[in-house]
Amino acid sequence: MKINIKHIAKLANLHISDEEGKKFEKQLSEILNYVNQLNSVDTKNVEITSQITDLENVTREDKTSPSLSQEEALSNTKSKHNGLFKVKKVL
Amino acid sequence: MNYSAYSIKDLRKGFKKKQFSSEQVVKDCINDIKDDKLNAFITICEDEAISKAKEADKKINEGIELPLLGVPISLKDIYLTKGIKTTAASKVLNNYIPQYSAPAVEKLEESGAIIIGKTNCDAWAHGSSGENSDFGPTENPYLEGYVPGGSSSGSAVSVAKNLCFASMGTDTGGSIRLPASFCNVVGLKPTYGRVSRYGVISMASSLDSIGHFTKNVEESALILSITAGNDPKDGTTLSEKVDDYESYLKKDIKELRVGMPKEYFSDGLDIRIKNLIEQKLRDLEKLGAKIEIISLPNTEHGTECYYIIQPAEVSSNLGRYDEIRYGNGRENFGDEAKRRIMLGTYVLSSGYYDAYYKKAMQVRTLVKKDFDEAFKKVDVIITPVSPTLPWKIGEKVNDPMAMYLSDVYTVNINMAGIPGLSVPAGFVDGLPVGLQILGPHFSEGKLFQVGQAVENL
Repeated sequence: MKINIKHIAKLANLHISDEEGKKFEKQLSEILNYVNQLNSVDTKNVEITSQITDLENVTREDKTSPSLSQEEALSNTKSKHNGLFKVKKVL
Repeated sequence: MNYSAYSIKDLRKGFKKKQFSSEQVVKDCINDIKDDKLNAFITICEDEAISKAKEADKKINEGIELPLLGVPISLKDIYLTKGIKTTAASKVLNNYIPQYSAPAVEKLEESGAIIIGKTNCDAWAHGSSGENSDFGPTENPYLEGYVPGGSSSGSAVSVAKNLCFASMGTDTGGSIRLPASFCNVVGLKPTYGRVSRYGVISMASSLDSIGHFTKNVEESALILSITAGNDPKDGTTLSEKVDDYESYLKKDIKELRVGMPKEYFSDGLDIRIKNLIEQKLRDLEKLGAKIEIISLPNTEHGTECYYIIQPAEVSSNLGRYDEIRYGNGRENFGDEAKRRIMLGTYVLSSGYYDAYYKKAMQVRTLVKKDFDEAFKKVDVIITPVSPTLPWKIGEKVNDPMAMYLSDVYTVNINMAGIPGLSVPAGFVDGLPVGLQILGPHFSEGKLFQVGQAVENL
């Protein structure tokens, strides 16, 4: 199983050096070979399970409740401006 | 003073009889934590804990009764604690101070518990040995140089070494049961959604369970009766009534049907562990339990699909760490987090989703069916927790696949969302062995009943 580490790292927003890339390629291929054994399981007509306790449509009352103050919300950021998060230019 | 012989009940009696104060116990525990060489803690909450202990002493003097009043406990450093640094054992969060506490923590504090510190773990709860912590590995309290099991490594050690009286951990694929087994303490992974996950740093959201470590089964029941319940902030918490867990502890196990799944007692299992668990099963039989060999045919495939679903959800949950609102940049992720993020990104990427993630979610249905079928025949299932004894620190760090396979007896329980209790079963070559008790959704009471019987053997 071949995995394109550079491409995946880009999708995952990770910086992976060439040396690291080699190591991860080997390790991830090994793991993928292992999980590929799943192909031998017959799953025709088997439903998927994404919620194990069968909960559906969980909603809460549409009521406002106290939330973090602006100051609290910004308390862990390294970069703010006029009471807002300051981020890098997107466009 | 050494409190190793004291249960939570004994401690509370001691408070009432004025044998010692909560303040004194908290200070003694903090001194022990400082002297300890096993690296079980990341943060000690010294000032906060002492001031809370003083308040607790006042309440004790006023005759106020609370189940954990004045009792020092620890939290895996993945539980958000208002005003106290919470790192997930990762450099990404080494300066993060939460603005709120997890509801599970609030409930414990309302019950009088004193948070004495935040324990070490595999970073982001990724690992089976505790070695993936960015703050260095934790060591096994029974044999120098051996792993304590992970990911909730420091929590297990903090209870095993009497550095506190209980500890909260998290279990996504075995992260409470495995270290409980390796450190000779009791570890509970409750039913998925029984305890609120809100304010606990997410690993794989469809699998994460909030549980705890205690010195005995009775205290495990006590802690769950405090933490369990519906929380509007976690949509997956269950509205089912919280059972009276402690009422199960005195029930006998006559006529109880115990399943022994052959897949969990096969070739990969260390023969010495096998012998020990089988002996316990024979002992339970003498007490009137009916042992039956059963099959969970999709066991092996369950592990394969765990290593698709879990990294997929990890990659999504760790996507939020972008250095904007809190934390440091993504270059601070350690190797294991990087591996899981990339693996998850790969299996979710365009063209691969159906072959991996969808397939795994289908196999998950089959794993769940295996357990549903089994629980038509038996009341509980008993298995080993780990196929091997604790290993040497460093032995598996360069072989992620070998590390992953140490979870073969625990991951399917998370896949099925059922509860699992790890209780001490004895020792092999000076190293602890744990026995795992499993039941259907919401059967924690029954697990405590059987756990108590095993403890009494």
